[in-house]
Amino acid sequence: MNTASSMSIFLNAALINNFVLAMFLGICPFLGVSSKVDTALRMGGAVTFVMLVSSVCAYGINKALIFIGAPYLQLIAYIVVIASSVQLVEMIIKKFSPALFRALGIFLPLITTNCAILGVALFQTAKQYDFIQSLSYAAGAGVGFIIALVLMAGMRERLELSSVSSVVQGAAVTLILAGILSMAFMGFAGMAS
Amino acid sequence: MATPAASIQTKTSSESAENFIKGLWRENPVFVALLGMCPVLAVTNSAINALAIGAASTFVMVLSSTIVSLAQKLIPKQVRIASYILIIATFVTVTEYVLQALSYEVHKALGAFIALIVVNCMILGRAEAFASRNNLRQAVMDALGMGVGFTVACLSLGTVREILGNGTLFGFQVLGSEFEPWIVMILPPGAFFVLGMWLLLFNWIKHRKEAAE
Repeated sequence: MNTASSMSIFLNAALINNFVLAMFLGICPFLGVSSKVDTALRMGGAVTFVMLVSSVCAYGINKALIFIGAPYLQLIAYIVVIASSVQLVEMIIKKFSPALFRALGIFLPLITTNCAILGVALFQTAKQYDFIQSLSYAAGAGVGFIIALVLMAGMRERLELSSVSSVVQGAAVTLILAGILSMAFMGFAGMAS
Repeated sequence: MATPAASIQTKTSSESAENFIKGLWRENPVFVALLGMCPVLAVTNSAINALAIGAASTFVMVLSSTIVSLAQKLIPKQVRIASYILIIATFVTVTEYVLQALSYEVHKALGAFIALIVVNCMILGRAEAFASRNNLRQAVMDALGMGVGFTVACLSLGTVREILGNGTLFGFQVLGSEFEPWIVMILPPGAFFVLGMWLLLFNWIKHRKEAAE
């Protein structure tokens, strides 16, 4: 059993081992939907929500799989759970808040193939977190994802206005920017106890 | 003069060669399409890890493309994505257990990233865009080409990062002992920098070519 406190788990997932910048999970949306700050915020919110839901589900599934003695089904069960919870979230949002549903658009179904979500489920199992610890881990990962995405979007909005040599434009400069951001986040390493 | 049968034969074989080669360069999943970036960035801090993740992804992609191509008539259109993910997840589980048996060290170094091959958009993308609407032979060639292209991309990051960050290549010392390791290269920021630099290099080559024309 892991005895780390919820607060340290939260900070660890959000800052020290930031999901995007230190563990490279969820790079696709990080590069794909980080061109505007408000889209980045919405995407981050949706991802955090799905992370929390699938973290709770993964906790239950893991207990059930250990009970029936079939840990090799873990990966298959997790991915099915995530896909169906994304579907569920999509239906709920569509019913209760059509405006939000339209705003999120294509991002919602794409969350299924976001490795950060599966990453939360896998890591919380590997680290043997209990229920509360799992929840704070998922919340921390989601907050870390939002921070990285919004910072990146802010930098890219500035980049639009500056003159960049045509050779560097596009993915190359985005990646080098991400590298600098990642270096800045290495500064949080000192917070680890 | 070629008989019709022979010309069809050469056509399909040149088509498979074409499907194989496009993954290496023109439609390279990493350098051109920017797909499947998470493992490319995360575990390429040494050449051997890069090779392992490339080989594992290729293995999963070839086998799942085979099944998807064979079962394309059986899978209803509405649930196809879910079915593809299940097929991929099965092969990833197989790969994970095989790798654990073959080399526990590499398995430990790659950690959760073997399991995360499931959500690699490159594999799902090939299943949806190619394997589900082509015959077995073309699907396998396409998956093989994409897999090799992916492995080459991983290796091109892994070798640069290992040489600069550690002074070694596949564990052998290549730079002299007076070389001061560039630690940042094997840390997370190094992955972004090295991939950014590769893309920069390709952009520059393309620009020079266009300027020459």
